[in-house]
Amino acid sequence: MQSRGGAAPVITAQGVDLTFQTADGPVHALKGVDLTINQGDFVSFIGPSGCGKTTFLRTIAALETPTGGTLSVNGMTADAARRARAYGYVFQAPGLYPWRTIAGNISLPLEIMGFSKADRAERIARVLELVDLGGFGGKYPWQLSGGMQQRASIARALAFDADILLMDEPFGALDEIVRDHLNEALLELWARTGKTIGFVTHSIPEAVFLSTRIVVMSPRPGRITDIIDSPLPRERPLEIRDTPEFLAIAHRVREGLRAGHAYD
Amino acid sequence: MDAVLPVLAVLLAIVIVWYGAAIRLNMPWAEEQMAREGIAPTLPVLIGDTMAQERPVLPAPHQVAKGLWDGIAGQKITSKRSLVWHAWVTLSATLAGFAIGSLTGILLAVGIVHSRTMDQSVMPWAVASQTVPILAIAPMVIVVLASAGVTGLLPKAVISAWLTFFPVLVGTVKGLRTPDAMQLDLMRSWNASAAQVFWRLRLPSALPYLFASLKVAIAAALVGAIVGELPAGATAGLGARLLSGSYYGQTVQIWAALFTAAALAAALVLIVGWIERVTLRRMGLAR
Repeated sequence: MQSRGGAAPVITAQGVDLTFQTADGPVHALKGVDLTINQGDFVSFIGPSGCGKTTFLRTIAALETPTGGTLSVNGMTADAARRARAYGYVFQAPGLYPWRTIAGNISLPLEIMGFSKADRAERIARVLELVDLGGFGGKYPWQLSGGMQQRASIARALAFDADILLMDEPFGALDEIVRDHLNEALLELWARTGKTIGFVTHSIPEAVFLSTRIVVMSPRPGRITDIIDSPLPRERPLEIRDTPEFLAIAHRVREGLRAGHAYD
Repeated sequence: MDAVLPVLAVLLAIVIVWYGAAIRLNMPWAEEQMAREGIAPTLPVLIGDTMAQERPVLPAPHQVAKGLWDGIAGQKITSKRSLVWHAWVTLSATLAGFAIGSLTGILLAVGIVHSRTMDQSVMPWAVASQTVPILAIAPMVIVVLASAGVTGLLPKAVISAWLTFFPVLVGTVKGLRTPDAMQLDLMRSWNASAAQVFWRLRLPSALPYLFASLKVAIAAALVGAIVGELPAGATAGLGARLLSGSYYGQTVQIWAALFTAAALAAALVLIVGWIERVTLRRMGLAR
């Protein structure tokens, strides 16, 4: 399962179960999930609704607590890692505060974590450049397009230099062209920062284009059905999507998704 | 001009209807007067009389206007006949009650949002407090506080606060609960403390709701202060003015006091609205 020799495991899940008790009886959101994510990996989680991909990302973030199995993040429990601010989380919606400017929004986690004013200003300027929003710090969220708002929310997640970036369908609400652009920008950002990224998506091309590893999941109970190590090089122009290698991986992902659905 | 014209048209319609109603309602008394003095009633004389009675059933607009003018401009403002002085007495109790009530409402809302126990225990009582007619509670508050030696502004402010805290409580609870699960999750991902979540997320999100309820509350506070002036035979304030007017059949005095109260309420709501606009604009919430 180790994708590259020498890289240290950052996230390790062994037999992770998560059962929600609902009025209609227990729902097995995750069942026996085993996965190791190494330093610097770009791991995508793909699968139909209800397969537990978002739930698994949330357990890594300690926003949900597993009911079984072990999960370690940076060598500690997920909750200890959360308290140590080990990750930045990006949701599908930007969730920017309308009463704060873009710079003010990025400043928010930094204020909460107690960074000094000078340090905050330096970091805000740096991450705004990183997501290509230099000069937009003084704007309010409503003055920016949806894609720019989502970039600002990524900048906010990057500002405190967590080594892990968890992204839950961050581009799901955006149109295809903006999405392509942001995917390229994300790869560039990943190459520059060397973050470990967990990325939930519905889109096969998006998963194949971005990831070093693709985790295919299926529902009822939510589980992993296939883990694909991508042979694509780390440097990827958009045109790579027309190469036979790319199409072969996309085909395997599609097969995996279909297999998960076979007995529905 | 486009905004003024419809307002003027409505105002004109109201004045016309009012004059019509004054003529009709004051007519029986005018006819009786004529009959008693043995004068054959002619319509112009009758109508003239309905406009100028000393204690009309419904005073004509110009009589109320004259009453207002006499009360506001015709007296020294320290005089007990001055509407400005009476309005100030009521206003001071209103503002004190508004301050007490709003603060109580906000503090209870903060408690309710953060404590399940408070949510379940306080809210039913808050609702129950508003179902008791204020006219029934007011004399009790005045009498109980008076027997404890508290008179003057404070008992009226308490009644005012009684009406004020509820809309503020409901609006603030609603506002503090507007942040959605995602925004709370983000705060959790940053390991924010409850105090940080409150000051940086819940309170700013609640402000538009808070201001909306403050506008309702300040009008209610004025009603509370006036009601507080009714029971104890108070001699000062717009409520006392209404009461003495009804004792002595001084309908012009009643209407003048009513209009003063209405103008005061409108002014207070406008002031809160102005503070709201300035605050929300500075926060970037209003465009």
